[in-house]
Amino acid sequence: MSIPGSAYLILAAALFCIGAFGLLIRRNVLVMFMCVELMLNAANLTFVTFGRMLHDVGGQASVFFVLVVAAAEVVVGLGIVVAIFRRRHRAVADELSSLKG
Amino acid sequence: MTVAVTIPDLAVFILGAAIVLTGAIGVIAARNPVHAALSLVLTLFGIAVLFIEQQANFLAAVQIIVYAGAIVVLFLFVIMFLGVDREEDIRVEPIVGQRPLAAVLLALTMAGLVALGALGHWQVGAHHQTGALTGPSTDVNDLGRAVFTTYLFAFEATAALLVIAVVGAVVLARRVKAAELDEASEEVGQ
Repeated sequence: MSIPGSAYLILAAALFCIGAFGLLIRRNVLVMFMCVELMLNAANLTFVTFGRMLHDVGGQASVFFVLVVAAAEVVVGLGIVVAIFRRRHRAVADELSSLKG
Repeated sequence: MTVAVTIPDLAVFILGAAIVLTGAIGVIAARNPVHAALSLVLTLFGIAVLFIEQQANFLAAVQIIVYAGAIVVLFLFVIMFLGVDREEDIRVEPIVGQRPLAAVLLALTMAGLVALGALGHWQVGAHHQTGALTGPSTDVNDLGRAVFTTYLFAFEATAALLVIAVVGAVVLARRVKAAELDEASEEVGQ
């Protein structure tokens, strides 16, 4: 066993928190999407680390599925961004307030 | 508990961690969305390095191909397509106190996660339920066997999910004709 798994877990937690922070403070929808990708990658790193710690291939299989779901999510999400942009010509989250009473 | 850490392993981990964190901070701090996307590539590459460090060689290759090769290119394509690559002024806070509040919240989350790892007894599961990771075979063999036996249903479900996502993206990105739009708004009006 080389680097202890806890070091990877702390790194993944830091990456997740940076991603969540970016998601909270940024207003550009595309950058918010990238922050979601950061959080997904932090979860992937955790899966691989636990898989190594428990000697289980299930961790890597989970990452495989997370990759597929992330790809699908990006495709649909960017489709929504394009659809929003066609109507409003800006991609800023603060302006999507049509449902506000 | 003393764990023997070799110098190359430590160097690779520190380098990988530095790449990951630099890229992550670049994503949230870049004013230009194109720069944010390129920082995202840096982070994804660092994650791939850490995957290799943990003997997940196949996943590292998939990470580079799918994430850096496909997803980030899709991001850049949409940025260029929409022409939103102008710089955004991120010095102003739209909601007063939003950033300090977010920082405090995420610092608490980070502290909670680390405390959970340090204090909790989370390493209690039985080892290799679905198949041993270490052995004479490589990780590609083990992963392939797990995906096509234990996780077969999930595999088929992701296939369906990808088809649905592609159809959904085509429907969303389709240009709505003006006549259809009028009909839709009339229906809403009635």
